[in-house]
Amino acid sequence: MAARSPKAGEAPHPSAPTVAKLRMRYAKRGRARFSSHRDIARTMEWTLRRAGVPVALSHGFSPHPKLSWIGAAPTGAASEAEYLEIGVTEDLDPALVAREVDAVLPEGLAVVECVLAGPGALADRIDASRWEIETPGVGDDVLASAVAAFVAAREVSVERLTKNGPRPLDVRAAVAELVLALTRTDEPTEGGREDRARAATCGRLTAVVRHTTPAARPDDVCSALRAVAGLEFPEPVRATRRAQGRLDERGELIDPLAADRAAPTA
Amino acid sequence: MVESVFESLEPLLPRVRKPVQYVGGERNAGTKPWDSVPVHWALCYPDAYEVGLPNQGLMILYEVLNERSDALAERTYAVWPDLAALMREHGVPQFTVDSHRPVGAFDVLGVSFATELGYTNLLSVLDLAGVPLHAAERDTSHPLVLAGGHAAFNPEPIADFVDLVALGDGEEVVGEITEVVKIAKAEGLDRRRTLERLAGVPGVYVPGLYEVTYGEDGAIAAVTPTSDAAPARVHKRTTSDLDDWPYPKQPLVPMAETVHERMSVEIFRGCTRGCRFCQAGMITRPVRERSPQGVGEMVEQGLKASGYDEVGLLSLSSADHSGIGEIASSLADRYEGTGTGLSLPSTRVDAFNVTLAEELTRSGRRSGLTFAPEGGSERLRKVINKMVSEEELITTVSTAYEHGWRQVKLYFMCGLPTETDEDVLQIASMAHEVIRAGRRAAGRGDVRATVSIGAFVPKPHTPFQWAGQTAPEVVDARLRKLREAINSDRSLGRNIGLRYHDGQPSMIEGLLSRGDRRIGRVIERAWRDGQQFDGWSEYFSYERWVAAAASELDGVDLAWFTTRERGEHEILPWDHLDSGLDRGWLWDDWQDALAAEEQDDCRWTPCFDCGVCPTMGTEIQMAPPGSVSLPLTPVEHRTSTPVRNPAFAADRSD
Repeated sequence: MAARSPKAGEAPHPSAPTVAKLRMRYAKRGRARFSSHRDIARTMEWTLRRAGVPVALSHGFSPHPKLSWIGAAPTGAASEAEYLEIGVTEDLDPALVAREVDAVLPEGLAVVECVLAGPGALADRIDASRWEIETPGVGDDVLASAVAAFVAAREVSVERLTKNGPRPLDVRAAVAELVLALTRTDEPTEGGREDRARAATCGRLTAVVRHTTPAARPDDVCSALRAVAGLEFPEPVRATRRAQGRLDERGELIDPLAADRAAPTA
Repeated sequence: MVESVFESLEPLLPRVRKPVQYVGGERNAGTKPWDSVPVHWALCYPDAYEVGLPNQGLMILYEVLNERSDALAERTYAVWPDLAALMREHGVPQFTVDSHRPVGAFDVLGVSFATELGYTNLLSVLDLAGVPLHAAERDTSHPLVLAGGHAAFNPEPIADFVDLVALGDGEEVVGEITEVVKIAKAEGLDRRRTLERLAGVPGVYVPGLYEVTYGEDGAIAAVTPTSDAAPARVHKRTTSDLDDWPYPKQPLVPMAETVHERMSVEIFRGCTRGCRFCQAGMITRPVRERSPQGVGEMVEQGLKASGYDEVGLLSLSSADHSGIGEIASSLADRYEGTGTGLSLPSTRVDAFNVTLAEELTRSGRRSGLTFAPEGGSERLRKVINKMVSEEELITTVSTAYEHGWRQVKLYFMCGLPTETDEDVLQIASMAHEVIRAGRRAAGRGDVRATVSIGAFVPKPHTPFQWAGQTAPEVVDARLRKLREAINSDRSLGRNIGLRYHDGQPSMIEGLLSRGDRRIGRVIERAWRDGQQFDGWSEYFSYERWVAAAASELDGVDLAWFTTRERGEHEILPWDHLDSGLDRGWLWDDWQDALAAEEQDDCRWTPCFDCGVCPTMGTEIQMAPPGSVSLPLTPVEHRTSTPVRNPAFAADRSD
């Protein structure tokens, strides 16, 4: 058994060069929302191996796959708009990658879209999120007055536990928009009566939140409503990130992959 | 129809630590409709999900049972106190993570005990499931509670809490139990009749069908069957041809972080090295090797199904597989440049072990190598039958340092039979010599060694089953002296790390290991006083256990069960449970140990009549020589996966 010894600090085989970067939008749904970012990252690495996607490896003594993560929904929150960049060593059809990876993801995780990265950094195209927050036990009518109080306030500070201890966080400054989601944009509008009945017992908010440091999370928005209007949530709220992107002057989020889709293919 | 409890569990999850461990949905997990099969198994590992999920035994039985058309199997794990309190408050019962069905609705609750430290968690699981703690109080509406695993070779301490015990390998017996349960359900048998039928399955022990009486000296007077259906002795089961059992085929891949995140392949079962302290080596005889081809196929299929980036070639002493050299080279060839790490847990102290490790780490990390001399002095190593000379150890570690490793770990035990302070202090001089030799071999000063020591616990079915356990104060005092001795030479001591756990938990492990049915009351008392998760230092309370033993034991005490040496003719609580080892041979081996006489490995030398093969009708199975032939794709350059997806291959050719 002849073994080759690598020199210290050097991988024995250089990684194949990165020929392309893919940008993937994926969703975390249902019970998968209880996974943390670390859980997702580990799962995605194994999933890409299962799918046979040739991911580039970093150089150095302990090479790791070239994956970069843009933000990450907190543990407990669902999301339809998480983003991941993947360096690959071969030219691959992004739609095929989307299909093959989606086929071997665990239950609750799904690929929404995969595109070839055009010029520019993805991180520069994302500075805000749109969240949908369901509030079981708190109806729309109760929510409405709390939202009005929040919007009218100049500052709503909540305490947030960070690595460096508790820190005040001005949620009002981070929130660009907070409204009742009276009609759901992602579902057909029929069955309006049923929707109204549910709204009486489980309210639904839409919040557009700027990515500040530390980030204001859906929990913080609820804490802010508690602080500003004494609102109590008898059951845990359910948050879903609907979109991420750059907030334009009209208060809309620009799809961060739009520029890549428009870019001429390499 | 049995409904999922997920809807009532879900609102509790945002309020607990690491909720992902309770949601299931692992890759390769599957569920079946409840009414599609007659027999429902809940398989339990009585520790936290992060420890239990990777357990190979449970994963194997999960797959074996689910492949049957007449059974389904789901998994359940111990619930941490934060969620358990919320579940009690909201009336949510112990559930399976697969379909979140209540555990109390299953026909069989199979619990795998790798260690005795899971006993209190068994009570937590039963209690949360709404199943009566005592087997005698259960009726046909309750699951049959079945214990298995190594610790179940002396199930007497939990005899009150379990209905059944399966001795030995589980692959075949779970099918036979399924058959009996299916018939019992169809015939509408009552619990007693069902248990009597099950007592007829080879390897199945029904504690409730035996009566234990005690003599005036506190020892057992007799163990007597109370039913004609109960055999006087129950013999363990042995799975013969590992190639017929290539499980797990579809390893479970959790989203939650767990303690072993790798694709594990058991390359052989059993061990005949004859280390006298090692219960696993004694109760799993004889050696049965998986063929190199079988190993290769399992690795290939398992990596494809799991996506794991590490493969563990598991067994009790993996370097001892007769074809390990070929297995290591061919796997290293196959997976080089695919981002796949290969590891082989082996602590053998010889140069071959270093060569193997070198081969397996060809393209990657060389973090540390582990060697286990186990005993500090040459004399003590003869007592425990771990035949390693100091010279061999020094040569071996020198080779390791020479070939690029900067760190070695050395495993020892403290509190071994006949041990003196001097035996333990010799670990210090050995470690000093390791550093000196390492510096010479590596040509640099920064080599490191870690000495890791555990307190020895005498176990049933080993030659040391008669030994007196060393008291925790003695163990702790020896370890303090060892620390001083290691640091007596500052220039060497600073490169040596010492890791040890204090002796108290081992004392309780000793009580649970060699206890009899009277220990059941102690376990229940400790649990009622709040004891659970005994393997976790933050939950373990020695004082609580000592108090429980003091309040529940009468005429005998903690010391009687632990530090007391047993005589040749004392009836041991597990004597009616047959691991195949001849009692006379065990006693002779104990006497040889006391005389520091060694015993060879019967794989390479003639049979020394331990009794297992003739009693069990088994034999040593060596793999046919040969290497692993795998589809070798030339790897032009390093990539991140061993999987060639044909979909992309088609795309490539465009």
